[in-house]
Amino acid sequence: MANVQNTTTAGAPAAKSGASTTSTMAILAPLAGWLLPGLGHFIQRRWIRGLLLMLAVFVMFFAGLGMQGKVYPFNTGDLLDILGFVGDIGAGLLYFVARAMDWGGGNIQRAVADYGTKFIVVAGLLNIVSAADAYHIAIGKKP
Amino acid sequence: MTFELSHFTAAVVFAACASTVFGITQRNNTRDMLRYGAYCFVMFVGGVIVASWAMWLLKH
Repeated sequence: MANVQNTTTAGAPAAKSGASTTSTMAILAPLAGWLLPGLGHFIQRRWIRGLLLMLAVFVMFFAGLGMQGKVYPFNTGDLLDILGFVGDIGAGLLYFVARAMDWGGGNIQRAVADYGTKFIVVAGLLNIVSAADAYHIAIGKKP
Repeated sequence: MTFELSHFTAAVVFAACASTVFGITQRNNTRDMLRYGAYCFVMFVGGVIVASWAMWLLKH
């Protein structure tokens, strides 16, 4: 009986500490993953997954810029422009760097520039999916 | 730096990146991730080819 009591009293703080670590990671991982693609997986030691996700989002984002796609600034105008901004900002730091460097001015004279705009939006959306995956790993829903 | 991609190359790059993310995020083990990623890639590229032939048929 004493053994059982000892186990439960000693186990309780450990369990509480584990839960606290999980909840910290559950906040940190998606935030890190959003800020820098793949980082949410890296901090949970999912190296290969993180690297592949980072590569996919980076390639897509920079391919979009290379095709002279448009990076949407914050706006309250047309609904599609607002949604474009929401998609773009999903890329986290990449978005802020692109805005700071004045990249992504767009070019309406080139058909491929429109593909580039979509590439940039989709890169942001894929990064949000990646961040959600990092969250699922953090809460133990996914191995 | 700017570059010009053909429609098909752009579609393949898009398919490769999206399939990688879908494969990793939508499945739980490595084997399933690879299978689902490959499935998505084939569906993306296959969809492009089918759609392009459909448009060609509509035009002719």
